[in-house]
Order: sequence, then C-alpha cells, then structure tokens
Amino acid sequence: MSQWFKDTLTGAHASYARELRAYFATPLAYVFIAIFLMMLGFFTWEASRFFDTGAADLEPFFYWHPWLYMIFLPALSMRLWSDEAASGTSELLMSLPVSITGLAIGKLLAAWTVALVTLLLTFPMWLTVNYLGAPDNTAIFLSYFMSLIMAGAYLAIGAAVSSLVSSQVLAYVVGVVAAFIFTAAGWPMVLGAVSNALGTGIGEVVATFSFLTHFETAERGVLELRSLLYFIGVIALWIALNVLWVSQRRSGAR
Amino acid sequence: MLELKHLVKSFGEHIAVDKVGFSLNKGEVLGFLGPNGAGKSTTMRMVAGVIEPDQGDVLISGHSIITAPREAQRRLGFLPEGAPLYPDMTPVEFLNFMATAYDLDRAERKRAIDRVIADARIANVASRRNATLSKGYRRRVGLAGALLNDPDVLVLDEPTDGLDPVQKRAVRALIARMAPEKAILISTHTLEEVPAMCNRAIIIDRGKIVADGTPESLASQSPGGLEETFITLAGTAEADAA
Repeated sequence: MSQWFKDTLTGAHASYARELRAYFATPLAYVFIAIFLMMLGFFTWEASRFFDTGAADLEPFFYWHPWLYMIFLPALSMRLWSDEAASGTSELLMSLPVSITGLAIGKLLAAWTVALVTLLLTFPMWLTVNYLGAPDNTAIFLSYFMSLIMAGAYLAIGAAVSSLVSSQVLAYVVGVVAAFIFTAAGWPMVLGAVSNALGTGIGEVVATFSFLTHFETAERGVLELRSLLYFIGVIALWIALNVLWVSQRRSGAR
Repeated sequence: MLELKHLVKSFGEHIAVDKVGFSLNKGEVLGFLGPNGAGKSTTMRMVAGVIEPDQGDVLISGHSIITAPREAQRRLGFLPEGAPLYPDMTPVEFLNFMATAYDLDRAERKRAIDRVIADARIANVASRRNATLSKGYRRRVGLAGALLNDPDVLVLDEPTDGLDPVQKRAVRALIARMAPEKAILISTHTLEEVPAMCNRAIIIDRGKIVADGTPESLASQSPGGLEETFITLAGTAEADAA
C-alpha cells in the first residue's frame, strides 16, 4: 500500500511537471489566460454593469465564473489524455512504473495551476473595488477560494472526458456538454422546467447537484462547508472515473 | 530474466496473440520476427504492461507484470512502435521527465542522462524540440529513454526502422555493447540485420510461435537462408489471402 502511494506520488510529480511545461511551452496557456480575462472583463463591466451596482463588492464579477469556466476550462483539459492517445505517447506512459491515479492527479493539478494563475491575474478587479470603496476582503478571498475549487471540478470532468476519446476537438465538445449539464441544472430556466415536469421534489434534488447552486452562496462571500465538500466530492468522483477509463483502455477493450 | 508464459490476447473475435511463451536469459538478444499483424507489437505491449493479457503472465526479473506491475516495470526499458515522443519537449526535458517517473534521485539522474545521451549519440540535438528532429534522431531519443533506468530487460519495437545505414550500425553496436548485461527483445522487419544483431530468433505468425532457434539454425532450414525460412513459415497468411 505504501509502495502504491509512492508510485502515485512519483506519477503525480512526473506528469504535473511535464503538463505544466507543455501548457507554457506552447501558446495554449497564454492564449487561454488572455482570452479568459478579456471575456471575464467584458461580462463584468458590460453585461453586469459593474459601476452601476453602486456597491463595493465583486458579486457581478463572480457571477460569471461558472459560465465562463463551462466554456473555457474544457479547452485546458481537452488535451490531457486525448493528446497522449493521438501521438502514441500513452504507450510510453503506461510502461512507466507509476500508478494511473498518480498520472491523473498530476495532469489535473497542472491544468488547475493554469486556472489559478488566471484567477490571480484578475487582481485589478480587486484593486478597483478597494480603490472605490471598502469591500469585505475576507468575503472576496472566500469567493476566490471557492471559485478555484469549482474550477478544479470543471477540470476534473474535462480531464476524464478527454481519456475517453483520442481527438481534442471531441474532448472539448463533450467536455462542454458535460460541464453544461452540471452548471445548468441549477439555472432557473432548467430548474423551473424540471420542477414543472417532475415535481418540485425532483427539482430540488437536481438543484443540489448544480454548480450554480453551490457557488451562489460563495459569490456573496459566504463559505458553506456543504458546498465545499460537494465540489471536492465531484473532483474525487471524476478522478476515479478518469482512472477507471484509462485502465479500461489498458485491458484492451479496443 | 524475462519469461513469457502462455500469453493470450484477443481483440473481439480476432485472436492477436495465441499462447506465446518463451524465456530469455541475460546475454540473449532475441530477434522477434513475423509478418505485419502477426502479433509482435501486441506481445511486446503486454510485456511492457501497456495492455493486459487475457491469459498468461510475464515475469521480468521474477516480478509479475500482472500482480506486481510497477516492480516489473522498474526493471524494464520499452521503446514503443514508432518511438512516440512529446513534440513540445527537447530530448533533455524528455529524459528529465523519464527520470522523474523512474524516481531517480538528483545525483543519479544527472549521471543517467549524461550516460544515455552519450550512448544514443544525441548530444548534438539534446536541446532541440523533438518535433523538429529527424526520424532517426527521434528513435534514438526514444532509445535513450528506454535505457535511462539501466533496465535488466529491454523491449525494442522496431528500433532500426527508418534509420539510415550509418545509424543502423550505431544502434546495432549499442545493442551489442549492452547485450552481455541484459536480456533484449527486438522486433524487426529487416531480416538481414538479424544475424548481425541477434543471437536468437523467434518467428511468429498469426499469433503463434512457428520457429525458435539461432539465426544460423533457422537459416540452414532452407537453401535460400533466413528469408526463405521466414517466407515458408510465415508467408502462408499472405498466400491464403491471395
């Protein structure tokens, strides 16, 4: 067991270093960060009318995080496994004395690091509200923290999906659809339809599985342990699926 | 050092490898021959732990690839078919990645990387992107990766494919130099290089072993030498199809 743990740690270390390098060795990370920041700025200032709210907080900024993650994070995770399958390096990877769980964790952490860098680069927003008023900085920090955890959940879904296909484009499209399901389950429009069709009971159950519902309280800077555990559970579940799908490929189903 | 026991693998209806078993001792260089689709690569992938056999087992220095895969893989160097590499890395970065995966410590790592760069003769391209390397260099970088952990068992899937005659000779010399200390399994299409490179040869056809012996003994089975033996034993699939 302890040997397994060591092989997992080694695998995570090796794949984390390699994937993080790959993100920044190609324009991918830079393009991702630039476009994400641009879109986030656009939605916060133009769509949410940041200045017109008259309040010194970042709620209109955090409001957009789930939606932008849904569209953009699969672009980070799409290459994680599908690229290995397409270029044949998965064969090399599977011959190394490391556990698949380790590889999956390392890959996820690398993508998550790019997301963290992106979030850190939104600091001008934080400077702006602090310049304009006296916001609750603890609340803002908590919102950022939950946003980062939620990004991990989106990336875990995308990474697992990329292990099912050997095309990045397919991994992206399926990843966005999967992310949409987890996001939109709590969208009033979807929720209303579900409640009408299947009853409010089912509607409430669906809502508890939605990223939107769980992020809602965090947007206002309230840390709910329930939501934190939910996101961590989602991440663990999708890492497990990821490992399962990669192992399945190994047993040569195809 | 390397023991294959009764390996069976099928993909759907198609039986790719059918009860392949042999053992390989230290100092042996085994040429694994067979027509396209005979099951060479599938067998080698099972040895490397890349795919799991339906039946049978592989022992690498006594460690089972089924029950103790990581222990077995620690003693193995594998060059997959086509020598796949990460295109965005340089050879040095690639070797560093492999060293991390093999959990070599800092001092060991430096020594191991310098050793394989010299052995595979890739010093002059060590800091160029893999994507820009020629086919021959890519194969040598892959080979360097396989040698990094100084494995007991080397599994090389077509290591000389696509190399020019000078490079081929260099790879053969490298294999000859390492041979006394290791058990080496090599698949190849080029029959001419088998006597020069291997001291044993196995011919596989449609997933089954059809011949096993020294290159000389296989060559002496037919008046036309190794090539004719190969065609007599393994050419039947093509003849059936025709």
